[in-house]
This record gives sequence, structure tokens and C-alpha cells, in this order.
Amino acid sequence: MSRYFIDRASKYVVFVCAFASIVILGAIAVFIFKKGLPAFQQVGIIDFLFGTEWRPGQDQYGILPMVVGSLAVTAGAMLLSIPLGVGCAILLAEVAPFKVRQFLRPAVELLVGIPSVVYGLVGMLLVVPAIRQIGGTGFSIAAASIVLTAMVLPTVISISEDSIRAVPRGYKEGSLAMGATQWQTIWHVLLPAARSGIIAAVILGMGRAIGETMAMIMVIGNSVIIPNSPLDSARTLTGNIAVEINYATGVHESALFATGVVLFFLIIILNSIALLVLKRGGRLRAAG
Amino acid sequence: MLRVKSFSSKSTQRAAMVFVWGAGAVTMLILLAIIGYVLAQGIPEISWSFLTTKPEGGLSGDGGISTVIVSTIYLVGLTIAILLIPGIGAGIYLAEYAPDNRMTRTIRYGIETLAGIPSIVFGLFGFALFVSALHFNFSLLSGALTLVCLLLPTLIRTTEEAIKAVPRGHREGGLALGATKWQTIRHVVLPAALPGIVTGVILCVGRAIEETACLYVTLGGSAAMPTSLMSGGRTLSLHLFYLAMETNAFEKAMATGAVLILTIIIINTITNWLSYRYQVKMRGRL
Repeated sequence: MSRYFIDRASKYVVFVCAFASIVILGAIAVFIFKKGLPAFQQVGIIDFLFGTEWRPGQDQYGILPMVVGSLAVTAGAMLLSIPLGVGCAILLAEVAPFKVRQFLRPAVELLVGIPSVVYGLVGMLLVVPAIRQIGGTGFSIAAASIVLTAMVLPTVISISEDSIRAVPRGYKEGSLAMGATQWQTIWHVLLPAARSGIIAAVILGMGRAIGETMAMIMVIGNSVIIPNSPLDSARTLTGNIAVEINYATGVHESALFATGVVLFFLIIILNSIALLVLKRGGRLRAAG
Repeated sequence: MLRVKSFSSKSTQRAAMVFVWGAGAVTMLILLAIIGYVLAQGIPEISWSFLTTKPEGGLSGDGGISTVIVSTIYLVGLTIAILLIPGIGAGIYLAEYAPDNRMTRTIRYGIETLAGIPSIVFGLFGFALFVSALHFNFSLLSGALTLVCLLLPTLIRTTEEAIKAVPRGHREGGLALGATKWQTIRHVVLPAALPGIVTGVILCVGRAIEETACLYVTLGGSAAMPTSLMSGGRTLSLHLFYLAMETNAFEKAMATGAVLILTIIIINTITNWLSYRYQVKMRGRL
């Protein structure tokens, strides 16, 4: 074979490799939809999304309790992780001296690397008993939100920090030259300029929160009721799939795939918003 | 104009610094609490016999984690072996060939989207395609193929970045010597980008070890020693989950957690060291 043939052939080979991602994404969509379709047909989309009863034994499949559960833990985690994460990002990008950054940044990286089951285990043994002191069994939305906060923090911190750093130096120098304090500069100049990146960080963090599965199963109690307070037990969409898929058959199994379809859409919508916001901000630095 | 509120800019500055440093301190504390707690509780439980006996199962969670370690190594090895060619290939395409057109944008959007999809949705897909439709059942093969889909975006992204970091002059030198584009990539660009690509692969190893949800529904969770690609198995993460949820053996779960965290710390240290070396090398040549 001539080297020119190899040259041309390899271009096509690497293209096929790149195209594989699209194929996989398409296959995921097709398989999950196909498997979820019978449940949508039998239950009806409205009853499936807004039904409050999930009783596979009696063929009742309404996922509203799980939707509420997922949204509640995500909201709780965001409430805690936005101030913490953006504060930490400001510290890393603008305030901390080199020596502190040298410790803090690897620490944040390490938080990403800790397996979700380890977060769940620590949550079960430290956070759940602490919540139990306040009331209830401890396996609750509050416990899940706290565990999720730790898991989402690295995403919020690293993308926010990047976007604060990407603000042109001149902005900051101009502000300081006008006599603004360091904090006035951060608050009135840097943060507004970095806004799109910070919003994207928060949205991607929400995506991670909604998608988290194992740690949630371990600390949230998994009962299928619409929670009334943060101390109540609940179940997430992800947990619903994982807890029941191994023994589900027929419509029940299909309903779990339909739960996956809902999750798939939620994530695609969130990620598309994040990408759009980043692009509009002119700094497409996709994060993971 | 700056809107200076009723209290002085100095006290706002001070309060803000307290908040920002507080946020950093809390983040650090969370990390130290998790790692310190698991290591302090887990390390005393780790012994040679814990690492080399097989789990006995049952409510008390007797035994060690030998078969679990073997399953984890097999699964990670198999995953990486399948992942390498499509991952690196796609990275090469995006860095070296991809024209700025709609197809490339679609591919990039696909990769970004894939990166955001939750592990459990990959699990559902693997369950539907590999476990059920292709009859691979709950096996190392099903688990590995599912993991490949999940890890593909990570490897593509790190490979692309590593290749893009190779200075233009390298390519021009290769082409000027009469090499074809592929020869240049194969013999000049890839060797220069190798440390970056290796970092990406190690990153994928770390993520494969951490992943649980997608394996929970594709790997089967058998605690027996795997004998072939079609055997079921459980990874360290899965084992920890089963111990915590189905037994009372929290000490064993902690010990497994400590093994996991130590592994992750080692992997992080290696990647940090490699990327540091790589940066120094690239800077030296520019």
C-alpha cells in the first residue's frame, strides 16, 4: 500500500471515530425511547408526568413525586453551592495568594475524583444522623442536598474561576485606578463581566445534581411520596430507575425507561442552555 | 458609577473577604472531613487478608475484597482497551482534520451532550442494548461497553487538547520533509502529544473506577471471581454500595472506601505530575 493511500484512508478512519459519538448519542435516544414508548402509550404522557401515585403492583405509574424529589434536592444543593462555589472561585481567581491556591486547587480536583458511593457512605454515617437530631429519620431531602452540595461544588468552582480569570486585565486595572476597593472591583466589574460563565457553571452543576444516582439512593430514603418538608424522605428520578430496574418487567420496565427519557430531556435542555450562555458570553470553554 | 451604599466601602470589603475566605475554608473542610473520616475509619480495617480473601456475602459482610479487586482491574483494562482507538482517533480528527462546517459543529455538540448525560441513563442504554438485545447478559463485556460510551467524551477532549498544544513548527517540519499528513501526525505530532494523551487515559481509568450507577444495571454484581468476558462482577465502588445498603458491615464498607480513595489519590498525583512535566516540556520547546 502506498503511503498516499494510507494517508487518505486514515483521514476517513479518524472521521468515523469522531462520528461514533453522534451514533452513540442517537442510539441512546432511540433505545430509551423505544423501550419507554409502551409506558407512555399505556399511561398517557400527562398522567405519567403529573400522576402522584407510583404503584407498579397496581399498574399506576405517575412520576410527579420523583420529579419533585429531584427538583427539591437540586434546588437545595444549588442554594448551598452557589454562594460557596462562587465565593471559593473569587478566592481562587482574585484574592488568595499563590501558596493558598496551590493547596486549594488540588483539593477541589480531588473532590471531583471521590466516587459518588463514598459521598453516599459518608452521608449515611455523618450527615443522616445529624439531620436525625433535628427530626425525622434523617434519610431526607436535607441530607441529600448537603451531600449533593459537596459533589457539585467542584463544577461550580472550576468553571466560575475560569470565567473570572478570562475577564481582560484592563477592566480590573481601570476600576482600581478609579479608586474602587478590591471588593467593589470584584462585585461591580469582574462578576458582571464573568456573568455568562458563572451562569453556565451553575447550570452544569444543576445537570450534575439531577443526574446523580448512587449517593442519592443512599441518603434520601427512597420513599415514593411528595415531600412536605426538607426533613421528609423522597426519591429522585435517577434513584427510581436504579432501585427498580433489576427486577422490573413489562410495563413497569417500560415506565422506568420512560423515566430515563424524562431525565434525558431535562439534561439535554440544561446543557444546551449552558452551551448557549457560554457561547453568547464569547467564551466557549465547555466543562466536564 | 459605583453605587456606594450606606455603609462604608471599607467595611464591605472586610465583610466580603471574610465571606470569600470562609467559602474556601468550608470547601477545604468538606474535603478533609470526607477523606479524613473514610481513611481514619477504613485504614485500620485494611489488612493483607482483607485484600486477598474473597467476599463471603451475607448480612455480616464477612471476607475481603480479592475478587472485587480482580473484577475492577479486568473491567478497567477491558474498557480502556476498547476506548483507546475511537477516543484517540476522534481527538486526532477534531484537532487535525475537522473543517469548520456544520458536520464538525454537530459532532462537537454530540460530544458535549454525551458528556452531560447521567451515568444511570448510560446504564439504561447498556441494559437495553448490551444486556438484553445483544444477549451479553450482566457481564464484564456489557459493563465495559457501557463505560466506553460514557468515557468517550473525556478521552476525545483530552486528546484533542494535547494534540492542539503541539507547536505548529513540528507539523511544518514533518510536511517540509515530504511526509504525508498522516505520517506527520503518526511520527511527529502523536509522540509529542503522548504525555497529554496518557494523562487523558489515566483520567479515564480514574473515572472508570469511580463510576457506579451505569455499572449497577449492567455488571450484575456477582461477587465470584470472573472467569471470562461474560462473567458478571462487581467493582470496588459497587461493592461498597452493596455493603452499605444490604449489610451492616460499615467497617468493611469504610475499608473499601479507603482503598478507593487511596487509589484515586495515587491516580490524581500521577496525572498532576505528568501534566506538570508536559507543560514544562512544551514551554521548553516553544
